[in-house]
Amino acid sequence: MAETTRSLTELFGFGSRRATDAEPAAEPVASAVESSYPTKALHKFIASLQGNDNPLLLDLGPVVGSNVTFFGEQLGCRLRVEDIAKDIDRHVKDGTLEQLPEFLARRFTQIPGTVDGVLCWDLLDYLDRPAAQALATALSALLKPEGCLLGLFSTAESREAVYTKYVIVDESTLRYRTYPASRPRQRSLLNGDIIKLFKDLRVTDSFLMKSKVREMLFRKPAPRN
Amino acid sequence: MWKRDESVKPAAPPASSPAAAPSALAASTPAASEPRVHLGRDMVNIGKSVVIKGELSGSEDLTIEGHVEGRIDLKDNVLTIGPNGKIKAEVFAKSVVVLGEVTGNVTASEKVDIRDNGSVDGDIASPRVAIAEGAHFRGSVDMQRAGTKPSQSQSQPQQKPASQGQPPSQPQGQKVGV
Repeated sequence: MAETTRSLTELFGFGSRRATDAEPAAEPVASAVESSYPTKALHKFIASLQGNDNPLLLDLGPVVGSNVTFFGEQLGCRLRVEDIAKDIDRHVKDGTLEQLPEFLARRFTQIPGTVDGVLCWDLLDYLDRPAAQALATALSALLKPEGCLLGLFSTAESREAVYTKYVIVDESTLRYRTYPASRPRQRSLLNGDIIKLFKDLRVTDSFLMKSKVREMLFRKPAPRN
Repeated sequence: MWKRDESVKPAAPPASSPAAAPSALAASTPAASEPRVHLGRDMVNIGKSVVIKGELSGSEDLTIEGHVEGRIDLKDNVLTIGPNGKIKAEVFAKSVVVLGEVTGNVTASEKVDIRDNGSVDGDIASPRVAIAEGAHFRGSVDMQRAGTKPSQSQSQPQQKPASQGQPPSQPQGQKVGV
């Protein structure tokens, strides 16, 4: 099975450097220029958007030009970029982290129930529990019924103060590009913690990747009549 | 690269000059001698000491290094916001290149290009959008592909959402690998 997985992974490669069994995946660090890793959740996330016309997508990471092109030009999404990392940095710099939960709870101006997909990336790793809960609750409310959220969660402890830009190479490959952050990841969230954060959503897929990242897909259940 | 062609157009304002033709223009020009430089082709430059409040429209390519507040309408031409340019306006153009700062919505019929160190705080509507590494953008992007479906070759869409069942080879729940 492992061999099969590796073969498929290699099959999707486009010549960029990626983690393999022979070369254990290193956690992305500040000194790393960038590395490419397989993703299993992304194509499922994309597939969930493709059932909708002109889906509205919320990207919580820093703006990545090629991702904008990918989602906008190739998939016909309306994309809203809301860089939460910048909000975290600003609160750290101003010493107002205790206000972050309230800020995040009111951060989004979209009408609840109007967003088709959320790219949450790994931002919850950088938040304290109350702020993470506030963000998760706000995102859950924004999603349409059947809307989908993609979250990445590191399973490795790291005190390195770097964020990661996730650059989409293709539907099965992400390039991790690190850049300086004002604070390191706060802790590794356990599976149960993550599920509790998104209690209004349902976990549809969870992949533990060799890059020490857990990729999770959530879906908002349709209301029962 | 572009040689100034002084023989073609003096600084006298032609009727079509965006800097001169705006319908509701309240321009303040601290350095009146600098605002416009006509080049060999239809291209106008608004210097960095120029401040314009109101509506700016025209039919020539325009480069703005100064400050503009209000509305910019260059529907058939290229608008370039230079590195010193600061725009607080609704922008409509054929193509928009941003090297400076724009606050406001940007609509382009062809392309919006935010270069390194360029900044846009507002919504973009354009069929093509390029955002360079190091650019700042906050807002939404609508590439207006009305009636166009993403090509099937781009992906293998799983039309059924996960809630309606997964293919047998993709069981739900945790998977370890890759």
